[in-house]
Amino acid sequence: MGAGIDLDNVVCDFGSFRAVDNVNVSIKPGEFFSFLGPSGCGKTTILRMISGFNDPTSGAIRIGGAPTLGKRPNQRPTALIFQNLALFPLMTIWENIAFGLEMRGMGRAERRAKADELLALVDLQGAADKMVSQLSGGQKQRVAIARALAVEPQVMLLDEPLSALDLKLRQHMRAELRAIQKRTGVTFIYITHDQGEALAMSDRVGVMSQGRLQQVADPRDIYNNPVNGFVASFVGENNIFTGAVGATSSGMARFDTAHGQFRARLGETGGAAVKLYVRPEHTLFTTDAGVENSVPVTVQEVAFEGSFISVHATSDSGASLVAELRNDGSQLIPEAGQKGFMTFAAERASILPDGIVRAK
Amino acid sequence: MMTDKMRKVLYHLYMGSFLFYLLVPLVIMSGAAFNNNKTPSVYPWKGFSWQWFIELWNDGTMWTSFGNTIWVALAVVALAVPLGTAGAILINSVTGMTRSVLYFFMVAPILAPGAVIGISTILFWNKLSVPVGLHLSVLGQVSYIAAFVMLLVLARLQSFDQNLEEAALDLGATHNQVLRRILLPHLYPAIGAGAAIAFFQSIENFNVTLFTRGTQNTLTVYVFSKVRSGITPSINALAFMLIALTLIAALVYELRRRRQAALEAAREEEGRRASDAEIA
Amino acid sequence: MGELLKRYGGTLTGAFILLTGFWLLMLIILPNLALFETSFRPYLPVVDMGGPLDTYSVNNYAKFFESPGPMSIFGLELSIPLRAQTFINTVFYSIIVTVVAFVFSYPIAFYLAKVVRPKSVPTLILLLFIPLWVSEALRAFAWYIILTLNGPLNAVLVGMGVLEKAVRWQQGVLTNYDAIVIGLVYNYILFMLFPIYNAMTSLDSNQIEAAQDLGAPAWKTHLRIVLPHSKPGIASGSVMVFMLAAGSLLVPTTLGSTRSNWFTQTIQQAMLESQDWNTGAAYSFLYLLLCTVVVFGVMRLFKVRLSDIAR
Repeated sequence: MGAGIDLDNVVCDFGSFRAVDNVNVSIKPGEFFSFLGPSGCGKTTILRMISGFNDPTSGAIRIGGAPTLGKRPNQRPTALIFQNLALFPLMTIWENIAFGLEMRGMGRAERRAKADELLALVDLQGAADKMVSQLSGGQKQRVAIARALAVEPQVMLLDEPLSALDLKLRQHMRAELRAIQKRTGVTFIYITHDQGEALAMSDRVGVMSQGRLQQVADPRDIYNNPVNGFVASFVGENNIFTGAVGATSSGMARFDTAHGQFRARLGETGGAAVKLYVRPEHTLFTTDAGVENSVPVTVQEVAFEGSFISVHATSDSGASLVAELRNDGSQLIPEAGQKGFMTFAAERASILPDGIVRAK
Repeated sequence: MMTDKMRKVLYHLYMGSFLFYLLVPLVIMSGAAFNNNKTPSVYPWKGFSWQWFIELWNDGTMWTSFGNTIWVALAVVALAVPLGTAGAILINSVTGMTRSVLYFFMVAPILAPGAVIGISTILFWNKLSVPVGLHLSVLGQVSYIAAFVMLLVLARLQSFDQNLEEAALDLGATHNQVLRRILLPHLYPAIGAGAAIAFFQSIENFNVTLFTRGTQNTLTVYVFSKVRSGITPSINALAFMLIALTLIAALVYELRRRRQAALEAAREEEGRRASDAEIA
Repeated sequence: MGELLKRYGGTLTGAFILLTGFWLLMLIILPNLALFETSFRPYLPVVDMGGPLDTYSVNNYAKFFESPGPMSIFGLELSIPLRAQTFINTVFYSIIVTVVAFVFSYPIAFYLAKVVRPKSVPTLILLLFIPLWVSEALRAFAWYIILTLNGPLNAVLVGMGVLEKAVRWQQGVLTNYDAIVIGLVYNYILFMLFPIYNAMTSLDSNQIEAAQDLGAPAWKTHLRIVLPHSKPGIASGSVMVFMLAAGSLLVPTTLGSTRSNWFTQTIQQAMLESQDWNTGAAYSFLYLLLCTVVVFGVMRLFKVRLSDIAR
């Protein structure tokens, strides 16, 4: 069964560079939790601190409520899956899987039996005596998972393990990882820069930038209610307007811009500079004038993308806007060169701080 | 204007004569071992004879020198391999100025003249009241042969994925287990090659040995002294046997290496096919 | 260093440091310091060691400049100390050996890297390696047999009518050092060939074809494309061959005559025949100095680093 993990005010400095900056989060037992962010945002450092390869400069990490200070990687109930998998190339598959058990002094026959059991779990029966180089990318992936599971960890730490795989296989492995996590009940902490991966697999996602945790929420909230411009932009596309907040009432506000006056939900701005963000799939094209939140535009390009149609337009005031329209005939599809209006519902648009959450 | 074809023919011819140049002296030397002539020569040919092999067999000094050569070489391997490997691991973990300085001191003896290495070795150990002898030959040889091992192991270390060690630590391995189960198995090919090179370098060594040996002989020194003081073709008989032995050893090694490479290639091919099947 | 501790713990890290320390200190640094120190002390009978006569001086080095004799350098008739003459000859003929080895091995390196079918390369390399497995003493001895007065070389050359009568190669024909140069080139040419070959294999063949496509004749392609790319290999090979040739004792002794002296022989005479270790140390130190100058000179000239040479 999985263990919970608490990070209390965790800081990690490398010389004068602050890689992780005052991170607080509680990960629940049995949860699938992802740290999402661009490279260099500190997510890998967090993983290495949980596994014990790096020590926090200050702050505390608890696994299952127990402090980890001074405990080496092999003394923690965690198992790490490396980005390049780090399978031992000179050992057979079953020896790889049973390596952790061998280190714990388990006898050979018992190890072999346990390895076979795990190979069945990851659907690799019959590969026990092969060498690592004989397996496909996806099979290697499963061996890495089996090897980590063999030591019966309470927490699995995964460092972008799917990044080396082919796109199609990657999507298949997402489902498989999720299934294994549900079956074993082990807490999974997953590191990725791929927002699709994080949103599709996780119970909760923590978005990181510049060493700081920007937002922790379930995938829907992250996408639909981002707390700032960084989160909004990192997990999806946006039409963005610069302007100033006007009159506010019950969570909604007027927003004055060079392209017109809009109404939108007002986020937690904290007095910082703000912008208005609206997703392309929440943007529509209409020929009706006088609708709320509409911008007069000329359509530049209509691109058929299969499941949706993307419309690029330029407003008379010079702004570029994108709408992603459904391909089921329910929405008006313009033609290139057509004049009309881009419009969006006030509830779907958010006024958010432009920048990221920074150190106080 | 020379055509490409003519140029190629010229290249092949040149390569052929180069091989001829390299190998004929060895053939002539081996041939002289079978010539029934008191001085070692293939010309004039005075008939086939085994007598030089028999004379060699009965040459006590030769056998002593041979024995000395082998034990010196084994001792050199036993010292140079751990020293060179430790040096490589150490130098691989440091950077900047420290690395450059360490590297310079490790590699410099390769480029230093063997005579100077031999002389500095006896002078230093003489100050510690250690007399000359083959034990000093061992130490003198190790000082530069360890550098060959170091260079081989260092090259191999550069292809080592350090994540493997972290993975092992994460799975509960102790420091000793990490070294024994993960790092050393990866380094074995380089260590093996290093041991072989150390062994052959030691057998070949003349300059260091000449100055450090005292009155004891190794095979190279013995051959050298025979060439200077009256030779019989029994030296050629010895040369023939050494060439034959090394040729066989080299051939066996090469065949084994090729079989290993083919096996590895087949495995990787299987992995590639499995990957392709997975995507399709 | 912290990484090392993390991976292997204190005991193993300590062992690595101890082993490396023994190697560097006891086998390399201290022996060379001993050499340096000894070279400044006089050669004394055992009873006088540590006595009033045992003082530091440069007397041993002064011996290098004793007993001048005539020598002609590029047509100039000079009076130069005998040992210095030997030194100059050693350096000069070692350079000759290096140049000859380069000229002969360059086409072979190019052939292996770019001309021959890649499938044949391992076999050819195996064949080229054979002489390296045979001890240096025997390789020198092989040429001793070939070059003797009644040897096969003279027989072939006289038989073909190239020579009127057999020549004493070891006494020298063109110079006093003919046989030595022949033997040294044979012994060390492969140390030139393989570094150049290694450097050439990393050259993209498309570059050669592009140059030819742009109209460069073969010699220009070599001069502008292949040669510059092979520079680290040439530097490495040149340093190796020069050092090996200058440091050889076997070949000059086996193939030389009384008219050809190699500096290693001078050192050997001081060390083993006169048993004057102090003078031997002084000569050795001069020799080490020469080597250092050559290595760093070539490194500067070719703009390469030590790690490019020692491979």
